[in-house]
Amino acid sequence: MVDTGKGYRGSEYYIASKPLMEIVNVAIALGKPLVIKGEPGTGKTLLAHSIAEALNKKLIIWNIKSTTKAKDGLYVYDTVQRLNDARFKDKDISDIRQYIKLGKLGQAFKSDEQVVLLIDEIDKADVEFPNDLLNELDEMSFHIPELDEEVTARHRPIVVITSNSEKELPDAFLRRCIFYYIEFPDEEMMERIVRVHYPDIENKLLREALKRFYWIREVDGLRKKPSTSELLDWIKALMLGGISPDKISSEIPFLGTLLKNEQDTGRFVRLSNAQGGFGFKKRF
Amino acid sequence: MFTDFFFVLKKKGVPVTITEWLSFMEALYKGYFQSSLNHLYYIGRAFLVKSEAYYDMYDLAFQEYFGSIETSSLELDKVMEWLENPLHRLPKLTPEELAEFQKQLEEFRKQHDMEELMRQFRERLKEQKERHDGGSKWIGTGGTSPFGAYGYHPGGIRVGGESWMQSAAKVAGERRFRNYRNDIILDVRQTKMALKRLRELKREGAQEELDIDETIDKTAKEGGEIELVFNRSRENTVRIILLMDTGGSMLPYTELCERLFSAATQMEHFKEFKYYFFHNCIYQDVYEDMANYKRVPTEKLFSNFHKGYKVILVGDARMAYSELFDVNGCIDYFYTNDKPGIEWLMRIRQHFPHSVWLNPTHRNFWGHYTVDTISKIFPMFELTIDGLKDAIKALTSRTRQPVLN
Ligand SMILES: Nc1ncnc2c1ncn2[C@@H]1O[C@H](COP(=O)(O)OP(=O)(O)OP(=O)(O)O)[C@@H](O)[C@H]1O
Ligand SMILES: [Mg+2]
Repeated sequence: MVDTGKGYRGSEYYIASKPLMEIVNVAIALGKPLVIKGEPGTGKTLLAHSIAEALNKKLIIWNIKSTTKAKDGLYVYDTVQRLNDARFKDKDISDIRQYIKLGKLGQAFKSDEQVVLLIDEIDKADVEFPNDLLNELDEMSFHIPELDEEVTARHRPIVVITSNSEKELPDAFLRRCIFYYIEFPDEEMMERIVRVHYPDIENKLLREALKRFYWIREVDGLRKKPSTSELLDWIKALMLGGISPDKISSEIPFLGTLLKNEQDTGRFVRLSNAQGGFGFKKRF
Repeated sequence: MFTDFFFVLKKKGVPVTITEWLSFMEALYKGYFQSSLNHLYYIGRAFLVKSEAYYDMYDLAFQEYFGSIETSSLELDKVMEWLENPLHRLPKLTPEELAEFQKQLEEFRKQHDMEELMRQFRERLKEQKERHDGGSKWIGTGGTSPFGAYGYHPGGIRVGGESWMQSAAKVAGERRFRNYRNDIILDVRQTKMALKRLRELKREGAQEELDIDETIDKTAKEGGEIELVFNRSRENTVRIILLMDTGGSMLPYTELCERLFSAATQMEHFKEFKYYFFHNCIYQDVYEDMANYKRVPTEKLFSNFHKGYKVILVGDARMAYSELFDVNGCIDYFYTNDKPGIEWLMRIRQHFPHSVWLNPTHRNFWGHYTVDTISKIFPMFELTIDGLKDAIKALTSRTRQPVLN
């Protein structure tokens, strides 16, 4: 980044804002994990893909679920396999090494060259999960007691962590990271994002669709506001359906692609018929 | 020079720590801010602010501190001066903080070759000065600067609402993150997040759940000797009763209450969730519906639900004196109550020691006599994210506040 020619600058299919690029580069240069937050569909996951692509590095993805434990990322000792092998006695089970399988973090550490490690949706796991990774991320190494061996990172991976903020992340964890909140794209940015996906889209259609899209997002009280992914799906449907731009302003074709949940569709239809909202208001 | 910024941040409510401050300093040493205020704005934010809820406070602090700087360039010499003498101006630190600061600074020095850092920094400074004198305007000008030129997409400077063209102070001045502050907004998602903290995970009952993973693990480790491991089942044991005011003065807060209500009903997180409505104050009946048609005797709450239930009351607690203190004081003309509302409220508090009152009005308006009285019966919190968090803390803590007599 100091050297203006180098560093991350977005990639062919990913539009990164300048501040985001700066932050990515600082995170890489200082070797700090980068925590990315933002509404669904703001390109958090895609960012890690884009970094890997732009810098020509391998991407290792660790998808976090509610049951994921920090230890899963380090290694798993496949005791069941060992038991199984022991029962059939056709294998030498004395070498525990063959039953130790490295997790995603382990793989990232062991890799011969620097990789991008994406820890996706970290907030899905238990609240303690991030804290359990503190040491490993700090020291970039961990111990395997079964082998009495230390796994140390040969090349500090570029760590990108995404969160939808279902849960708040612990302070101790955040202190060690760099944090960036991706704002929902404004219309100009969105136009560019759409063009990346549909380079041949007709101007008028794009403008009308965006106008409608941002208008729907403004509807108060939606359970799930439509995001970039829904917009892209919707535009695709409009293009395939050969819908004329004028039609978008008079009605909303394929509303179901934008609002996936029945309550939202209901609410939206009610509101656009201008009949007031939630039953709550009628009383008093 | 910068040290003061640390204090301004704290003053504005950003919970920044010394560790983070030093990491930020490291980034400065290494020259990652290109002497432009824009870099400083975004990089500072990334290092010092770890939640979008504090972005607005950061903006305010930035404005206060850097707002008066006309050009968007920083005087590197001043940065330099600070870097060379970081303990220069720290009069506002408490002795503990100072000790901590010094300790961390020592660490920092151990980890970094200060000579080398300084050398690099001087180099950069010189470089930038030269370029500056060369006449091309390069500082913080986005598109036309060498840095701007590295923007991958030549056309786009203003991206995602994150403008690079404008001066950072101006960006800060826009206060785009005002709505993310925790002390203002309360949306369904945030409410759900807050409500998730309302949990008491207990292993209840006998050890009856076979822990399959542990069993397999143990068995395998024992080389095939079957070893069964049992556990008590672990689940959230929190039971909630929500009592909501649908009275006229609550009208302005409809949206807010609606959000709390939808968040709570959407959660599949509680062992039990009950809700009832009332109109201004509670008397011998509460209602199952918002329109107050389906009556449920308040006594039923006491007979059906044990004291372990946690009760959240939501209302502005603002009513006529008689509504709270008088027999037949109910606002509803056709409704008679032989006990004043306050007695019912106190009974609720007595029966349910874990109870709180959430008030959608701002604390400044709680001087009103009925609000004041009710806040002495129930611990009262603002219906904001912070208020909700505090309320949840109060609900889950063991000690309880005494009931007004
Ligand atoms: N900046 C961008 N440039 C190009 N495409 C984008 C960008 N942001 C979002 N998209 C589009 O939106 C889709 C969703 O992005 P992505 O999956 O990265 O979002 P996310 O923030 O990880 O969402 P979630 O929180 O739901 O996981 C992408 O597949 C891509 O098509
Ligand atoms: Mg994602």
